[in-house]
Amino acid sequence: MTIGLGHYLVVAACLFTLGIFGIFLNRKNVIVILLSIELMLLAVNINLVAFSHFNGDLVGQVFALFVLTVAAAESAIGLAIMVVYFRNRGSIAVEDINMMKG
Amino acid sequence: MDSSVLYVILPELILALGAISLLMIGVFSPNGETSGRNVTWLAIAVLVAAAVAVFEGSGSSTIFGGAFVSDSFTRFLKIVILIGAALTLLMTFDSFSRAKLLLFEYPVLVLLATLGMLMMVSANDLIALYLGLELQSLALYVVAAFKRDDVKSSEAGLKYFVLGALSSGMLLYGASMLYGVTGSTSYATIAAAAKMPEMATNIGLTFGLVFVLVGLAFKVAAVPFHMWTPDVYQGAPTPVTAFFAGAPKIAAMALLLRFTQAALPGVSSQWEQIIIFVSIASMALGSFAAIGQTNIKRLLAYSSIGNVGFALIGLAANNTEGTAGVLIYLVIYVAMTLGAFACVLAMQRNGRFVESISDLSGLAKTNLTFATILAVLMFSLAGIPPLAGFWAKWYVFLPAIKAGLYPLSVIGVVTSVVGAYYYLRVVKIMFFDEPAEGFSPTEGRTFAVMALSAAFVVAFVLPFVGGTVVDAATAAASVLVPAH
Repeated sequence: MTIGLGHYLVVAACLFTLGIFGIFLNRKNVIVILLSIELMLLAVNINLVAFSHFNGDLVGQVFALFVLTVAAAESAIGLAIMVVYFRNRGSIAVEDINMMKG
Repeated sequence: MDSSVLYVILPELILALGAISLLMIGVFSPNGETSGRNVTWLAIAVLVAAAVAVFEGSGSSTIFGGAFVSDSFTRFLKIVILIGAALTLLMTFDSFSRAKLLLFEYPVLVLLATLGMLMMVSANDLIALYLGLELQSLALYVVAAFKRDDVKSSEAGLKYFVLGALSSGMLLYGASMLYGVTGSTSYATIAAAAKMPEMATNIGLTFGLVFVLVGLAFKVAAVPFHMWTPDVYQGAPTPVTAFFAGAPKIAAMALLLRFTQAALPGVSSQWEQIIIFVSIASMALGSFAAIGQTNIKRLLAYSSIGNVGFALIGLAANNTEGTAGVLIYLVIYVAMTLGAFACVLAMQRNGRFVESISDLSGLAKTNLTFATILAVLMFSLAGIPPLAGFWAKWYVFLPAIKAGLYPLSVIGVVTSVVGAYYYLRVVKIMFFDEPAEGFSPTEGRTFAVMALSAAFVVAFVLPFVGGTVVDAATAAASVLVPAH
């Protein structure tokens, strides 16, 4: 069996769905949410690189590099906000993020 | 490289270099409060300089391999964004100085966020779209949590970060699908590929379109992706909330307009359905959910959700008039929202800020000027003629009716009547309830923003105010949507 574009897309879709479910079904703590966000972005990168390879076009890989860079900045900011929150609230459990009702 | 390229990106260059140099000035100057004050003034100067640079630009040019476009559409929105950002900075002095938050980091972050917004407005390529959006969002996450010893502010930052990152992920996934099926990230190539008859049923294209629209709906806070808005608006410091409600929404709407109309005109029947649904849901939730609110910042958050719904009516019409309507709506919305948040900033008693609607009771007896200005803004938000809010709705409903979107227009008018209830309730509380203790005298700069926005709202009916905005918006819209 040759591994084609479809296989890569299915893997990426599974990872992406896991990422989304990780955010919404996770009742533990915020670090898991940060991990889920990374998972989503990496799924997108698999998509981009796979399309880039099978379409014979380099732009997708350039896009993937940009996504990696921004993802690093994003998680740095996420962790910093989380540390600030922990100092104020003494907890990073998802169920404790309830000072304001939405 | 041709040096005329630098001339096209002059506003962005001014902002980028300005942000970097202001950061250096802030870092190397000794005193916290004084340097914060100076850097904020300098940041306002940088924003004004960028606005002048935008105003001086002319013609339309596409640079950086088609990734960055500058035309009358981008110039119109950039000027509105820059003015909005400058006015919100002007409102920060007094309240940040009381909260010991007058630090140089805030104006620098605002400049970086504004730079991201200008990039979003000019984006003509999926990579440029993503980078502009993230530059804006990353700065906004930080400013939401700017009052870092306050649990509500840091919670607002955390919620905004998680949901914003989720929406960026969705948008990216959609962008990767669009890239995959069309073979390019450039709007022009995507538009050409999406016009092919076989693309109308392509599942990848539909997937990509839906995911990108979901990501953008998060950024403009349209229902069903609005849930972060009330919490973030309430938790963030008020000057930051005023900033959130203005400029970033314009940038995200601009992105939405250009993405749908420049990249995907070929599959407009697909995205029109989504826009119509999102528009109806936002208008309905914006009107009904605001009724029970007691906190004025939350009330304005729901109001902004409803306003996005109204603006999207113009996009659903999908023609030049509709797009011009969206642009006019955005200008008036920003003016009204900035004025309303300036009023919230002026609500202080014994040196403390109060945010409850009941604190406004009987304001007409203690401070008639303040009460009149807020009443004018509330009447305008409710859409009472001849104030600007009425004309904003007029210019989005008219193209929708001409395009045959009768159910959407009827629902829009009905929800606007429901929405009038909670705006008018604020007026009733101010003018007819028992007076509460009066507010402290309003600080001059905040009052200037209040008075300016009220004056704009009242004067919009005059031809040289309203007419100018309408003409500029029509000219801006005509470059985006080619005549059918």
